[in-house]
Amino acid sequence: MPNTQYAIRLEHITKTFGEVVANHDVTLEVRRGEILSLLGENGSGKTTLMNMIAGIYYPDEGEIYVGNKAVDIRSPRDALRLGIGMIHQHFKLVDVFTALENIALCMEPGEKFDLKKVRSRARAICEKYGFALDLDQKVYEMSVSQKQTLEIVKVLFRGADILILDEPTAVLTPQETEKLFAVMRNMKADGKAVVIITHKLHEVLTISDRVAILRRGEYVGDVATKDANEAMLTEMMVGKKVELDIGRPLPVNPVRRLSVHHLSVTGPEGGRVLDDVSFDAYGGEILGIAGISGNGQKELLEAIAGLQRTDGGAQIQFFAPGAEDKPTSLIGKSPKDIRDAGIHLSFVPEDRLGMGLVGSMGMTDNMMLKSYGSGHSPIVDRKTPRELAEEIREELGVVTPGLNTPVSQLSGGNVQKVLVGRELAASPIVLMTAYAVRGLDINTSYTIYHLLNEQKKKGVAVIYVGEDLDVLLELCDRILVLCGGKANGILDARTTTKEEVGLRMTDLQHKKEVRA
Amino acid sequence: MSSLIAWIMRAIPFGTIIMYGAMGETITEKSGNLNLGVPGIMYLGGFAGFASAYYYENSVENPIPLLSIVIALVCALVASALGGLIYAFLTITLRANQNVTGLALTTFGMGVANFFGVFILDGATYSAAPVANKAFAAKIPVLSQMGVLGQTVFSYGFLAYAAIVLAIVLHWFFNRTRAGLNLRAVGENPATADAAGINVTKYKYLATCVGAAICGVGGLYYVLDYNQGIWATTGQIEALGWLALALVIFTTWKPLNAIWGAYLFGILYWLYQFLPSMLGITVSSAMTDLVQMVPYVVTILVLIAVSMRRKKEDQPPAHLGLAYFREER
Amino acid sequence: MAAQTSHPAEPLVRIARREAAPLRRKIAVRAAAILLALVVDALFIFFVTGLNPINVYVVMWGGTFSTSVRFSWAMRDLSTLLCIGIALAPAFKMRFWNIGAEGQVLVGGLATALIMVYFGNSLPAPALFVAMALGSIAAGALWGFVPAWFKARWNTNETLFTLMMNYVATSIVACMTNIMRGQASSLGTLNKATKAGWFPILFGQRYTINIIVVLVLTFAMYAYLKYSKHGYEIAVVGESENTARYAGINVRRVMVRTMIISGAICGITGFLIVAGKDQTISTTSAGGNGFTAIIVAWLAKFNTFYMALISFLLVFLERGASEIASAYSLNEYAADIITGIILFFILGSEFFINYRLIWRGHHKEVKGE
Repeated sequence: MPNTQYAIRLEHITKTFGEVVANHDVTLEVRRGEILSLLGENGSGKTTLMNMIAGIYYPDEGEIYVGNKAVDIRSPRDALRLGIGMIHQHFKLVDVFTALENIALCMEPGEKFDLKKVRSRARAICEKYGFALDLDQKVYEMSVSQKQTLEIVKVLFRGADILILDEPTAVLTPQETEKLFAVMRNMKADGKAVVIITHKLHEVLTISDRVAILRRGEYVGDVATKDANEAMLTEMMVGKKVELDIGRPLPVNPVRRLSVHHLSVTGPEGGRVLDDVSFDAYGGEILGIAGISGNGQKELLEAIAGLQRTDGGAQIQFFAPGAEDKPTSLIGKSPKDIRDAGIHLSFVPEDRLGMGLVGSMGMTDNMMLKSYGSGHSPIVDRKTPRELAEEIREELGVVTPGLNTPVSQLSGGNVQKVLVGRELAASPIVLMTAYAVRGLDINTSYTIYHLLNEQKKKGVAVIYVGEDLDVLLELCDRILVLCGGKANGILDARTTTKEEVGLRMTDLQHKKEVRA
Repeated sequence: MSSLIAWIMRAIPFGTIIMYGAMGETITEKSGNLNLGVPGIMYLGGFAGFASAYYYENSVENPIPLLSIVIALVCALVASALGGLIYAFLTITLRANQNVTGLALTTFGMGVANFFGVFILDGATYSAAPVANKAFAAKIPVLSQMGVLGQTVFSYGFLAYAAIVLAIVLHWFFNRTRAGLNLRAVGENPATADAAGINVTKYKYLATCVGAAICGVGGLYYVLDYNQGIWATTGQIEALGWLALALVIFTTWKPLNAIWGAYLFGILYWLYQFLPSMLGITVSSAMTDLVQMVPYVVTILVLIAVSMRRKKEDQPPAHLGLAYFREER
Repeated sequence: MAAQTSHPAEPLVRIARREAAPLRRKIAVRAAAILLALVVDALFIFFVTGLNPINVYVVMWGGTFSTSVRFSWAMRDLSTLLCIGIALAPAFKMRFWNIGAEGQVLVGGLATALIMVYFGNSLPAPALFVAMALGSIAAGALWGFVPAWFKARWNTNETLFTLMMNYVATSIVACMTNIMRGQASSLGTLNKATKAGWFPILFGQRYTINIIVVLVLTFAMYAYLKYSKHGYEIAVVGESENTARYAGINVRRVMVRTMIISGAICGITGFLIVAGKDQTISTTSAGGNGFTAIIVAWLAKFNTFYMALISFLLVFLERGASEIASAYSLNEYAADIITGIILFFILGSEFFINYRLIWRGHHKEVKGE
């Protein structure tokens, strides 16, 4: 029975993109004066669902009620009119505008254009919630957390009754997160409905009143936060109790394969995104890299792969099998130089279709992305890649209509199988993976874990950048924690605890034994 | 001295033509649409303005100059806005490629103007609309008599001054009004504008059609004022259209820069004729051909300088040339 | 009380991206677009001229097909347009907007003409042809190289840069023809007496060689893009520069190399125009083909055989329109209008290939045809 205390209610919402079903028959409601956590793994359809409320997408089927009235939200404009505000994960800001101009874009229709008034109102909001925001600063000069602050001020300025925040804490420091949570509680006290999309369990438990869980596009159920605990939420999120049971063979005869010393990388905005990181990676072990996303993981792997310019003084050395006393320096080498030097370095990047694969090409053509240049003939050889593609398709069970079907048309799991398959086929000495199981279903994830363990047994030095601490703790032998671009300790994955890793991800105090 | 005055008196009307083209295209580009159909649109505007004035003059006994101005202006604005509408429908609603659509529009606009132009010419090499020309080219009565100043500053038709006013208005519009702010947001980041509740499609359509209409005034000015009210089958307008596109880059998408930029282009364009005589040298006609490239070379240099400096404020609108589809993933 | 709502405000029609439309649909949509355009053109012809459109189309058909000479003229025009389209294919596939074909053709033609005039009497014929070809290639390649280098180095906007380069080329050609003609009022045919540097007549026409060269280039470019390592690199760079870097492709080098090739083939087009078709050079030697070819290359999605088809369609229209012009004493600009309308329809039709419409009330998945 609908009830006026519901700010918004979704009934039987379905949304598809081509062949992909993003949401299927989802029914969900949000109450006034509550903070609802929308919990789910990557790719479970949380953002798509909220985008339908915000007017970005239009549902294929189903009804949306605001208050007690059935509404049609055809555009963000409609959503704003209904008092729905959303802070998107990818900022909706105009780079060349100042903060003030960005806020002015959100004025009510018909309101008189008066920048002075906008300024004083924006100032008032900043003061009320304790935000430090320079209204005359251009967005392109802002840090991510400043941009996030601006997004929040924008929504508050517009005065939404229903506020949706999509992974707002991903780029925030703990202090900033705390400040944001205070704002959210404030809004709740004002009788507003607040939805926070997240997959971080501790945040869910800290901030929300109720948790609604999505799994693979479908609604699983909801639970009052006071009755919830991490194990229970995880189970609802992934479907069964997480007996990860990945299996972790002991490293056999570990040999140093990669040695990184004083690695620093300067970001495009001038600050250091990687700051004096040092570690070794050994053959026959899996080195995990933990950290909140955006803390230098991407730059670290790209620097090793030759895709990132390193600052002076950095050393990256590769120790080839049989030549352990004669390391090769990777600094200043392009990916092609590395390959030409006979170094078997495989890299599964985070951005699968934007970096690891060419979306518009089929499996065959993607197989030769790194090897097309071999031989002296000006003609590409497609025979070998085709055989390799066929092999990978069979061994990893890639579901595709054909070897020439553009890989962008495959599902996420199959895309990753193609990418990982290719990188493993290059018989790596060092294998780096970034978020290798992000957005994949459990089965495919286990396939990937299994493949990594196989490589480990073969004596490959595996570097695994991950976000799920449970997996890191069960899969890896050692874990390097990155925090703010700095190495914040290397832990023995067999003995350390989740709390220890989590603490080091957010807190730089543990400056003691940076090298294990 | 007298040749300097003559030079300026040539450069300013020339600049006025491309100033209209550039200002129209600036409005269009601010919405993220790169319309390479400017030459075609200038043809449409120029021809519609001329044809309507011509028929008006030849169908009444005593044509009223003011009415001839109104008729020509309205027809030029409508015809060129319609040209813009074709482009807008194809690129915004049907998401066709902007570059290719613009080039097709240039072909089409030139075709329409010259095809129907031939009917008016009816075998002659040119035809004229003297009344309209007189009305459009009327100098400012008293001020234009005031010596050098009068000659160089006050001796042009009213559209030359209207262009300056329009540049100032546009500057104010882009920077001081809500619609201007919204328009710029659409061209920079349509997804952001959309999420803020701005009707992206409406802004793009309006900017493209209004922009095209203003481009068309450039064509009108060329035919009825600059070219002394004479229509002839010519490729001249096309070259002016491309020069207007160049001027947009030269101004780094800022209307106020169009004022001096346009006149500078005019000076550069007529350099070959006046500079040698001012310096008292004779230059072979081959050299004068070569000098004609100067405005384009200057534009290229600006383009390079802007890309090297990477100053955000001087860049083209970030979403220029791209179609927007809200449900894109 | 989940009342049945009537959805008064549901949008009349919504748009969703279509995953890879089947070939059948692609052909059907484009054919429909051309047919519709011909109907609109017919209406235009009827209302403007009062002529029976069917008769007019019959006359148009004759513009290309009435005699074998007419057909060979059409082939000549087609070879020029197609050659530039071929030149643009690799650049566009790399997502490099080379709008500067017109200028690249002009400088190629200019180099050819200069060599013809100044070495026509001193070099033996084979050496002269080699020199002309190399000169045109070098000139066109230079015109392609300059914007590419700046794009690679500083990400300078190539659309605008190449566009401006056209007019630099025009000025230079105007200047050089001016010098070459001396006191004469126009340049006229080059080497009229000696015919040095003119292509020999094959099968009755000088431009037979043009057609052969373009035919070879059509196959060569198709193979280059599809089977060569360079072609693979171009495809990867065009899709994603990040992926290209990841794959170890030197993006800058590929960009510059590809534009040199693109400019060089444009230069060859200039060579063919001067040596095989016009035997002279002027600022209008490229005749707008450089711009039309952009449309050809884009519509053909970089496939040189589709390009040949589209070029043929456009040349057919062009020749047909001039046929109408002389038959009904209209003027040749009708061709631009008719071509423009057809292009608008073809460009617009792409939408129905890439997207599908969902009409109000159709809540079920509409899977297209």
